[in-house]
Amino acid sequence: MKALRNYLDKIKPNFEEGGKYHAFRSVFEGFESFLFVPNATSKSGTHIHDSIDSKRIMSIVVIALVPALLFGMYNVGYQHYLAIQEDAGFWAVFGYGFLAVLPKIIVSYVVGLGIEFVVAQWKKEEIQEGFLVSGMLIPMIVPVDCPLWILAIATAFSVIFAKEVFGGTGMNVFNVALITRAFLFFAYPTKMSGDAVWINTDSILGLGKGQVVDTFTGATPLGQVAVSPVTDPVIVNAVGEPASFWDMVAGFIPGSIGETSVIAILVGAAILLWTGVASWKTMLSVFVGGAVMGWVFNQWGPDTAMAHMPWFQHLVLGGFCFGAVFMATDPVTSARTETGKYIYGFLIGVMAIIIRVMNPGYPEGMMLAILFMNVFAPLIDYFVVQGNIKRREKRLLKTTNN
Amino acid sequence: MGKLFSKRNKEVFSTPLGMNNPVTVQVLGICSALAVTAKLEPAIVMGLSVTVITAFSNVVISLIRKTIPNRIRIIVQLVVVAALVTIVSEILKAFAYDVSVQLSVYVGLIITNCILMGRLEAFAMANGPWESFLDGIGNGLGYAKILVIVAFFRELLGSGTLLGFNILNYAPLQELGYMNNGLMLMPPMALVIVACIIWYQRSRHKELQEQ
Repeated sequence: MKALRNYLDKIKPNFEEGGKYHAFRSVFEGFESFLFVPNATSKSGTHIHDSIDSKRIMSIVVIALVPALLFGMYNVGYQHYLAIQEDAGFWAVFGYGFLAVLPKIIVSYVVGLGIEFVVAQWKKEEIQEGFLVSGMLIPMIVPVDCPLWILAIATAFSVIFAKEVFGGTGMNVFNVALITRAFLFFAYPTKMSGDAVWINTDSILGLGKGQVVDTFTGATPLGQVAVSPVTDPVIVNAVGEPASFWDMVAGFIPGSIGETSVIAILVGAAILLWTGVASWKTMLSVFVGGAVMGWVFNQWGPDTAMAHMPWFQHLVLGGFCFGAVFMATDPVTSARTETGKYIYGFLIGVMAIIIRVMNPGYPEGMMLAILFMNVFAPLIDYFVVQGNIKRREKRLLKTTNN
Repeated sequence: MGKLFSKRNKEVFSTPLGMNNPVTVQVLGICSALAVTAKLEPAIVMGLSVTVITAFSNVVISLIRKTIPNRIRIIVQLVVVAALVTIVSEILKAFAYDVSVQLSVYVGLIITNCILMGRLEAFAMANGPWESFLDGIGNGLGYAKILVIVAFFRELLGSGTLLGFNILNYAPLQELGYMNNGLMLMPPMALVIVACIIWYQRSRHKELQEQ
């Protein structure tokens, strides 16, 4: 560590004004502050510094994402070997998934961080940490068959138009990862929805060669429910066998890479809540909103399979858990007042279920629900603050009048 | 002749094409720019229609500007514009039926295009017919220029064609995995492209940037 520090100090002058590699100043600074705590301190007045800065928050979120990511990799392999009906060992299954997911992670980070570096250099600012989390989220919320060049375009689009034009990290109105997904969803619908994109059936580097069995179906549980002609369909897995509730909770179902396992996501949620990075109020109220709306549809909903799906099943399928834990709690785009967090979360849950049930074109509504509520978060905050001001004003008038 | 194309008249004609573009600088006529630019052909026809209507309504209003009572001038302007819009709409139906179907209500809605009323109020009411004609042509072409740029990108990237001719839909390209971008055909992307043009123009010309 000491040697690295000395080395950085030695090459530092090259990157300063007038140095040889001045053009890469922001890159150097980014790496330096990634490796070491910056030694700059405030010069005047009294400051109180919390030990938790945005770099640590981002790191903790990335750590919290790891269980879901690892399980996602395993599930990609699991679904593949299930589709070709071959018994492979744990490492073959995980290795297949790892090879399928890794290029997506690399593409997302290279494109996103590349743009961040260029913008930081151009605006003569420091590189901000914001993309660390988005870059990890993006590969986890796309189907495994999503082509890499499409992913690169979508990442570039959302980093530029959802983040940099608003002023960079912390200034964005919409969740950057979800804008990436929304761009993909509307621009290339055949690669983002339907039955053919959720399970990779090709072999990767010679791994997992085999013929897909005849009973193969690539539809996600929500996709099956959305097109079901009867109101209580039997949800099947990739080879047509009924999928149990346990499969849905553990995550052995087709879906976007990181979103299938409720257990892995809840491990991440525990990390986020224990470290105090995410708000339990937002998280809980998303689940409450979803449960309430699901239950309402169970009782009085239209006569479709989606409306009659038990409310607790709504909560474990699709991107609901992932969205509630990692997307809705994004501190930048969610409501910031404490009361506002309840309202914001609750309405996300409600909207997600409404979109699922009422719109036959979209079997999953979590992405649109969160993006929709992102727009309203400042409005919710405004009303909460105004309400507070009015209440205190009234109290003041009462005490002065007496 | 020298007087017809004096320096001022040239400016009247050319500033709306660039530094005072009705779409990118004044941000007028955005709605139709989003609605008709999914394909290049309707965008060109729309641009030309607006050019013709702006030019001739400017001339007509300029000719009668001294006789219009100030209190009812908006109604008089609307009557002139409505008459011209109806004529253009009928001509399109007669000679370019397919395009007029694609443009649907947007030809009729030219009457509500802010550029028209803006030019009539700001220019034709205070200037002679020839200047007003040049101003109308300039503003119409400035609008058409942006429409064509937006439609070019939307049709090329969204449908893989230009003016209906196949550009990108070839088998070898598609075997590489290329696909048309469906979002380009939706209005939000038109807004993003217009925003990019404004971004480009403002970064080129510092005097357009607000403090």
